[in-house]
Amino acid sequence: MFYREAGDFKTSYREDNQTFPIRFDRMGFYAALAVAYGVIPLVIDDYWANAVFVPFLIYAIAAIGLNILVGYAGQVSLGTGGFMAVGAYAVYKLMTAFPDVPVFIHVLLAGGITAAVGVLFGLPSLRIKGFYLAVATLAAQFFLVWLFNKVPWFYNYSASGQITAPDRSMFGVFVTGAQTSATAKYMFCLILLTLVALVARNLTRGTIGRKWMAIRDMDIAAEIIGVNPLTTKITAFAVSSFFIGIAGALFFSVYLGAAEVGEAFGINKSFLILFMVIIGGLGSIFGSFAGAAFLVLLPVFLKNVLVGGLGWPTDLAAHIELMIVGGLIIVFLIAEPHGLAQLWRVAKEKLRLWPFPH
Amino acid sequence: MPDQLLYAMEVTLNGLMAGVMYALVALGFVLIYKASGIFNYAQGVLALFAALTLVGIQQGQVPFAHVINAITGGHLESFGWQLPSILAIGLTAGVMVLLAIVIEKLVLKHLVGQAEIILFMATIGLAYFLEGFGDVMWGADIKTLDVGLPQGINETLESVTDGLFGYGFFVDNLDIVAALVAVALVTALTLFSQYSKQGRALRAVADDHQAALSVGISLRFIWVLVWSIAGIVALVAGIMWGSKSGVQFSLSLIALKALPVLMLGGFTSIPGAIVGGLIIGMGEKLFEFFLGPLIGGATENWFAYVLALVFLVFRPQGLFGERIIERV
Repeated sequence: MFYREAGDFKTSYREDNQTFPIRFDRMGFYAALAVAYGVIPLVIDDYWANAVFVPFLIYAIAAIGLNILVGYAGQVSLGTGGFMAVGAYAVYKLMTAFPDVPVFIHVLLAGGITAAVGVLFGLPSLRIKGFYLAVATLAAQFFLVWLFNKVPWFYNYSASGQITAPDRSMFGVFVTGAQTSATAKYMFCLILLTLVALVARNLTRGTIGRKWMAIRDMDIAAEIIGVNPLTTKITAFAVSSFFIGIAGALFFSVYLGAAEVGEAFGINKSFLILFMVIIGGLGSIFGSFAGAAFLVLLPVFLKNVLVGGLGWPTDLAAHIELMIVGGLIIVFLIAEPHGLAQLWRVAKEKLRLWPFPH
Repeated sequence: MPDQLLYAMEVTLNGLMAGVMYALVALGFVLIYKASGIFNYAQGVLALFAALTLVGIQQGQVPFAHVINAITGGHLESFGWQLPSILAIGLTAGVMVLLAIVIEKLVLKHLVGQAEIILFMATIGLAYFLEGFGDVMWGADIKTLDVGLPQGINETLESVTDGLFGYGFFVDNLDIVAALVAVALVTALTLFSQYSKQGRALRAVADDHQAALSVGISLRFIWVLVWSIAGIVALVAGIMWGSKSGVQFSLSLIALKALPVLMLGGFTSIPGAIVGGLIIGMGEKLFEFFLGPLIGGATENWFAYVLALVFLVFRPQGLFGERIIERV
């Protein structure tokens, strides 16, 4: 039983709406979950956690968040880095102000604060569309980074202007700070990613997701058939920023440990996450995972090949990486504007008919 | 006259000059957007690339020396010549035209008919590629660019204002040259698009791709043409910015500053780019001068964007942009 379904056998609405309609896919999904929860935490070490898994999990959360805004609701945003910074500073302020509350709650609250900020910067989207909006979100990016740099209250008046994650534990295990084990970091991010992905998937296939897609496909037509553009765009900004805020909070507290806002959450971060969404596939949750995995693994791979394998200087490898990322984006857009997710969809179509394509 | 007012006047003047520099970059954006509907994010990196190439050619650097050295273990550095500025600028312009042809062949040709946002993303990819390519080709260290433009304080203006107000204004010679060049460039571009045959074709394409094709205008030629012009405008911007603050990565970031300029002026208007540049340049300098000290300074990082954002809420097509009409 390698693959099945070569026709329409659905008899109920429930079956029609399944995330994984093919049994083989469902098995694959459960297997992936089992490996992620059961196997990797046992074998993970610091190098793999810091170089691959933790950044992948965090970027996947951010990519899902941005994908909701760009891929599902069609509102292009270049302010992701700024919103991640809001999440990071919010969690920092919360962690230092209320040390007794579990950090999990803090991370969710940080997401909520980011959602509020996202709504604020999303309001102009009612008047401004397309590129104009993309450029307008740059205002969020630069203003927020400047704000966190200039107002000492945000970094608790620390002399270096940096924020440093204090040690916090959950159920007796450290999840932030210097003593955190690789497994704890990984599990904390994995649990949040699982939650985010589940929520995102279920939002996007429900009423709200359909409204987002209607606005994306043609906002005026959507408005005429009764989709309220105000609430739809604002909810897209809110949900998207919520996830991005969680990603920012984790990026600072679990992954980096200490952060300087301009460096960690600059404009390049915005572009990086946008690229993940494009390469992975606009309007696809699976695509967000694929894009994040791709862009996290690519630098690690190139570094190992160019610096480790060929012995080239690091700065040269970094430049070649820029070229490859840029080139890949162009190639992807030309070959498959819908990204890795579309490639996977095409492959599945082929598999269904295999070995007797007509 | 009170000192505060005099300072403010000086700041305004310098802001206007800075605005001209922004407008130079914004000009390249407008050209490409008008002719092909592509919002070319790579314009700033084009300027960086042009400036890098100019320095490289002028000082006889070996292209890809870094890579060749890494592979062969050699110590290639330069050919050991020093070209005159004019010749180097001419050669660089040639490189930019070549680049335009390559971009059209490899990228744009394949993306005809895609949604605008896809094209925009493609130019972001292009920007990354060119940035890496420029660094691999010429090395990433900060270079000084000197093509013999006058630099330093303009003494005539200082002595004149000193005589008038008893306080000499500080204005950089380079800024004045940049302003003059910008005026010349805009005049030349306007004349070209109004009176030459190619310019007419260009306007026709901007108006309607389909109709232009049907009367026999080659779309691909026009694209190469307009990207070449944009490349040369980028070269001019690269020379000005490179002489001012050295050729380095931050040069490509001025492209971002050109975006609010465009939003203010409207994406489709050449005079709009100039006026938008002046408003942004003056606005951010005055804001920094009056309010910057109160709220911690360095407001130049975001003022332009916030101004554009607030402005757009009231007038979504910018000052001089064509009215946006949406139909179902």
